[in-house]
Amino acid sequence: MQVTEYKPLIVAFCCNWCSYAGADLAGNNRLAYPADVKIIRVPCSCRVNPTFILRAFQRGADGVIICGCHPGDCHYTSGNYYTRRRMATLFSMLDFLGIERERTRVEWVSAAEGAKFAATMNEFAQKVAALGENKRLEDLRCKK
Amino acid sequence: MQRVGVFVCWCGSNIAGTVDVQAVSEALKNEPGVVFSANYQYMCSQAGQEMIKTAVKEHHLTGIVVCSCSPRMHEATFRKTAVAAGLNPYMVEIANIREQCSWVHKDVTAGTEKAIILGKAAIAKVNLNTPLTPGESPVTKRALVIGGGIAGIQTALDIADAGFPVDVVEKQPTIGGKMAQLDKTFPTLDCAACILTPKMVDVAQNDKIRIFSYSEVTDVRGFVGNFDVTIKKKARFVKEDVCTGCGACVEKCPMKKIPNEFNLGMDNRHAIYIPFAQAVPKVATIDPDACNMLKNGKCGICSKVCAAGAIDYKQKDEIIEETYGAIVVATGFNPISMEKFDEYAYSQSKDVITSLEFERLTNAAGPTAGMLVRPSDGKHPHTLVFVQCVGSRCESCAEKGKEYCSKICCMYTAKHAMLTRDKYPDTEVYVFYVDVRTPGKNFDEFYRRAVEEYGVKYVKGMVGKIVPEGDKLKVQASDLIANKQLHLDADLVVLAAAIEPDHSARPLATMLTASMDTNDFFTEAHPKLRPVESPTAGVFLSGTCQGPKDIPETVSQAGAAASKVIGLLVKDKLTGNPCVAIANELTCNGCSSCERVCPYGAISYLDKEFRMPDRTTKIRRVASVNPAVCQGCGACTVACPSGAMDLNGFMNNQIMAEVDAICK
Amino acid sequence: MKHNNDLREEILRMSGVDTAKCMKCGKCSATCPAYDEMEYHPHQFVGMVEIGEIEPLLSSESLYKCLSCFACVDRCPRGVAPAKVVEAVRLTAIRRQGANHMTANDVPLILETDTPPQLLVSAFRKYTK
Repeated sequence: MQVTEYKPLIVAFCCNWCSYAGADLAGNNRLAYPADVKIIRVPCSCRVNPTFILRAFQRGADGVIICGCHPGDCHYTSGNYYTRRRMATLFSMLDFLGIERERTRVEWVSAAEGAKFAATMNEFAQKVAALGENKRLEDLRCKK
Repeated sequence: MQRVGVFVCWCGSNIAGTVDVQAVSEALKNEPGVVFSANYQYMCSQAGQEMIKTAVKEHHLTGIVVCSCSPRMHEATFRKTAVAAGLNPYMVEIANIREQCSWVHKDVTAGTEKAIILGKAAIAKVNLNTPLTPGESPVTKRALVIGGGIAGIQTALDIADAGFPVDVVEKQPTIGGKMAQLDKTFPTLDCAACILTPKMVDVAQNDKIRIFSYSEVTDVRGFVGNFDVTIKKKARFVKEDVCTGCGACVEKCPMKKIPNEFNLGMDNRHAIYIPFAQAVPKVATIDPDACNMLKNGKCGICSKVCAAGAIDYKQKDEIIEETYGAIVVATGFNPISMEKFDEYAYSQSKDVITSLEFERLTNAAGPTAGMLVRPSDGKHPHTLVFVQCVGSRCESCAEKGKEYCSKICCMYTAKHAMLTRDKYPDTEVYVFYVDVRTPGKNFDEFYRRAVEEYGVKYVKGMVGKIVPEGDKLKVQASDLIANKQLHLDADLVVLAAAIEPDHSARPLATMLTASMDTNDFFTEAHPKLRPVESPTAGVFLSGTCQGPKDIPETVSQAGAAASKVIGLLVKDKLTGNPCVAIANELTCNGCSSCERVCPYGAISYLDKEFRMPDRTTKIRRVASVNPAVCQGCGACTVACPSGAMDLNGFMNNQIMAEVDAICK
Repeated sequence: MKHNNDLREEILRMSGVDTAKCMKCGKCSATCPAYDEMEYHPHQFVGMVEIGEIEPLLSSESLYKCLSCFACVDRCPRGVAPAKVVEAVRLTAIRRQGANHMTANDVPLILETDTPPQLLVSAFRKYTK
């Protein structure tokens, strides 16, 4: 594997009930993933407003991943279905704007899937790193 | 501006091993709002918590950021600490620098850098925190049980036993449900009526329980602790409190050719009727579609013979409005219609019956007084064929059957086959099965007894078609083990029809905003850990409305639902979760987007008067969130086109601030 | 036993049937009017294709005993459609022989006036392609 020098900035939105707990489990099991991934806790993946993602890209994030409970397992019964639909729309729009598909992702990670969480983050970080810096939506006014 | 204190935990070497805690607390010192920053070996220890309390007092902190383990671990601990220090518990934010940082990264530089960023995000968020107070709502200490079958009966008895008043609403004229129609119960073969009817009497005699029979729930408003329910008590044209249940009216009623629902139409009843001898309440009911007096004013015999004067032809439907703290759904099941299974000739021959009809046929109180005879000619059947999985596990034929396993058929078919062989040793009994599923205490032993001791012939294979010919039923089936096609001349065929939720369940679920699966079974709050609660707070599930189950399972679930109800009713006030959605009335345009996505029905609309700048007033439709019902998922916040919806504890600007802090 | 996976895939593709859906209830064979004529019965076709044991089916007369009445398709509770599996195996056998047994021109010669049209359609389905 070619080692990429570029350290991407990745924002991960994790739902409190499944994916955040899955991330904690990855920690408990000491499953390493890149420090480039920074997690924001939300009650449910459906709390993630598309503007949060746009904001992240505007502020220079290189990749955004949203993690929620598996379909049918949502703590709030149907939240992740909303996420799936909303993000499908948003990501295709972002694609149109030039934000590559590989920079955005929705993944279902349960509270028992620490290994999946780490593997997902490793893979995602690698893909985003390969794409390099994201400048398409970056707002220069935000740069100091 | 907040005065924020930052407390970085070493967690022994768990954090300090990969994160330079000193550097983190130094770096966070200069963040906006931070007036105090420290690090300590174990923040969660007594000494660590004391340190926080002291710092709050000395530095007049208004917000706390703890950089430590996962909030799932110690958020509650530090919130308590905040309360002890005189702060609002929701002014605490945790930066997870253990599970999501020190434990997953090995490089100290990278770990420290990330810990600082996570700390900054938490500070950015806490700067926008506002004190939150959980709402309180009173609890009406009365429960409603919808459905008066064994599930509803058991739940009502258990709740009443704890001292709370319970109302049972049953749409039939009597409680008892499907169990009252059964003959014997597997695997012990005790008679259903013998174990059910004493419970029905207990319900009737319990002064905490009111029975609304021949009644339906027509409207439900409100929320957990305070449901306002409208119940329609249908006119039965007999005064319930006056009727003695003597049955004189039934005897004299001239309209006696009405198919008897209780016996599934296998015999007739009168226009005025008492469903069965042990009915509760034991009160006559007039069928308005059959009664001559009600239809054209000619007759009135029942009124003449009623010594108690209970007949009232002018009775009207009665509307009852009552408030309940909790609602238990126990709407039960029905066998599916066999009309569409024309390969089994159910509609062509009277001698092809369903298992529930077989129960009535063998029941001593049934249409034949328990004599097993063919419905067509009253002759004793010699060859009986039982067909399993009729409509169950049916994937392709959604309009005919059901995709799920109905769970109870294997056992009741074994029971029917065994009882037939026991009572009539001259019969030959075949059971055609796909699989025999008998998990349960003494269940498999029971099935094996049917085969080994009673000589029931179990054949692995399905029946393909049944053709009535003369007085026989030509059964064509496959025997997969022998790899043969069988042709049998049967006298009676019994179809183990799949079961489905009662049709009243769907509209009820809409009223309760309780969710259902694609088969119209009620969904539980969690399939493993909260099996008797609906996701809608204050709504509980009992019996087959949640999924196919047998009597012992139903009774245990009924008890479990009752204990959940008692746990709710015993509280004087309900403390909610303050992290709920809030609507900004000034920006809300009343579009209903939020209402549509809310899985809990927590959002309603108010017509509210607003003063306009020109001193006129205008009435606008605005969203209003019921904090007692909202669970705080935030689906509405994203659906809202005007951004009027926000979520306490996870406000738009707070998450945005976190994003900014991370991306800086 | 040697299993021919390519052939199995091909037959599943041609028939459009998912044999894994079969719950082995035997209703197809129970309903089959040609059962006694067949060496391999409808449920065996499904089961044997599922495990890739197709050669015995290809050389069996059962292929031509199936009436294509589709009773099994109608009554299968799992939507497996055994007759379509039989048909796909039959088609494979015919393709291997390299020619059709009958052309459309042959049909009028053997037609009788009281032949039901359904039989004609079935015959075409069976002997051509």
